[in-house]
Amino acid sequence: MSDETNDPRTEIVDLWVAGSEEPEFQPTDEGAQEISAEETPDRLDVQFGRVIDDDYLYDDDVAEDERVIVNMGPQHPSTHGVLRLQLELEGEVIRRTKPIIGYLHTGMEKTAEELTFGQGPTNVTRMDYLAPFHGELAYSLAVEQLLDIEVPPRAAAIRVLMTELNRITSHLVALATNGMDIGALSMMIYGFRERESILAFFEKTTGLRMNHNYIRPGGVAADLAPGWKDDVGGILKDFPRRIDQYDDLLKENPIWLSRTKDVGVISSEEAIAFSITGPALRAAGVDWDLRKAFPYSGIENYEFEVPLGENGDVYDRYRVRIDEMWESLKIVEQVMDAMPKGDYRVGDRKITPPPRARIDESMEALIHHFKLFTEGFKVPPGETYAAVESPRGELGCYLVSDGEAIPYRMHTRAPSFYNLQALPIAMADSLMADTVATIASMDPVMGDVDR
Amino acid sequence: MIPVFETLSGQFDQVVWVQSHGQDVVRVPVVDWYAFAEAAKGQGFEVCADVTAVDWMRMRPDRFEVIASLLSMSLGARLRMSTTVGRDEPSVASLTPLWPGAGFAEREVYDMFGINFEDHPDLTRILMPDDWVGHPLRKDFGVGSVPVQFKASHQVE
Repeated sequence: MSDETNDPRTEIVDLWVAGSEEPEFQPTDEGAQEISAEETPDRLDVQFGRVIDDDYLYDDDVAEDERVIVNMGPQHPSTHGVLRLQLELEGEVIRRTKPIIGYLHTGMEKTAEELTFGQGPTNVTRMDYLAPFHGELAYSLAVEQLLDIEVPPRAAAIRVLMTELNRITSHLVALATNGMDIGALSMMIYGFRERESILAFFEKTTGLRMNHNYIRPGGVAADLAPGWKDDVGGILKDFPRRIDQYDDLLKENPIWLSRTKDVGVISSEEAIAFSITGPALRAAGVDWDLRKAFPYSGIENYEFEVPLGENGDVYDRYRVRIDEMWESLKIVEQVMDAMPKGDYRVGDRKITPPPRARIDESMEALIHHFKLFTEGFKVPPGETYAAVESPRGELGCYLVSDGEAIPYRMHTRAPSFYNLQALPIAMADSLMADTVATIASMDPVMGDVDR
Repeated sequence: MIPVFETLSGQFDQVVWVQSHGQDVVRVPVVDWYAFAEAAKGQGFEVCADVTAVDWMRMRPDRFEVIASLLSMSLGARLRMSTTVGRDEPSVASLTPLWPGAGFAEREVYDMFGINFEDHPDLTRILMPDDWVGHPLRKDFGVGSVPVQFKASHQVE
């Protein structure tokens, strides 16, 4: 033990007791509640938060220490996956936003150059994992255009049935997560519950809840399961009541309205300039739906309307999705009533495998089966672009073949990828608290963005 | 051929119009890339739906093909523009000044193929990490493999 005077702790204690002086008390105005007399009533409204002063021009004179850059994500629960946003804040107001993506990039376009045309749907179905049927459909349509074949009417009708049911499940997830992000937790429970009833039908038909690999070049993988009309009929009977419940919960809910009205506005000009498609475009009042403009799979034979919004805010996007669920139910009902009989895939055994029973009795069928699942089928050289209206917008597939059994190049035009570009526009000069509402209303699927 | 295409082909005599599976494709020389896109936008193609590229490696004299899919909501028509750029320092004019929506897509093409887009406001990597070497969708970029735990392991003694 050293001498007591050399111990630093003792010195400090000594300083506090004897050597130090009490600092002089200096009152500050920090935390003062008094309102100064020269404030105008308008200014007071802004200060109390009754009026939001949102009319802001970016000003370089703002001091450096008044701006804060906040990284939101890539692990934030409200960013719907691994999306990262760099937000430049002034107080609570967002001035600039930069979306940073790529955290889920797995090189699926490169993978597609290693898989045969028949294996391709297993790849594209994992891109937009909330709308797997639409990805498979766009890919299959592109392959069929290159092969120059037409699928039987029953296959086309099954495709429409599945994609429209898929649109309902995808919109249910959009509503559920949108509700969850804003704080309407009941909506989250309801959305996922109802989605499960349709996923049960998907599982019965395709074997899987998601990532089905059901729609394939040349038709679909299997016919609808026995008793499918009862299942779809049950969905059609159940869902109108459910959607009415969502309206009871949210449509005139004052909290929901104040969190969504005039929030995240994207005008029609901005939406067109930024290549936005889908509900976000229609919420801005642009009447554009690929099912009407460039119909596919015989969807022009069914009657439905294209719901439109007016303001392009979060509330309109929510309304457009609810209305689209009604229209999809109408299409599903028409498809169910008019389901044609016949084969569910093309009869060309160079493209689709023979029925299982034929393999046991026919040598030729066995050879076809073996060749299809080892080498695949060759596709004539050419390039094509096929697009379908997915729940998020135009989902396109650009396919190039050089005459081999694997694509030379496969590119997916992912709607979420383009829709994300408009986030800086939608969120400029808005409040930090509205960020999650805006992201959720764009309904990005990061598997679709990064591929 | 719809009237708009005839107007466009009157302005540019170097372009070649082809049909591919019923879709209108126009092959544009790389010097006319921006001017043609500007004229097409003036004729009603208000949306640039997609920008992508194909690496033809040794199959064609010009290695890369850049493709832009244009969409006209007013005409209800699509038009696919394509141009070719060479192997050394491939570069093409950016369409982002015309359509801001092309920004992400051109960044993706730059990231995946290493094609430069002149006058792009923010031409950085978008999907791959910033320090990544190489451009993954080029045909001479290998798929690669991940070491597996048990495949090459020694026998337990």
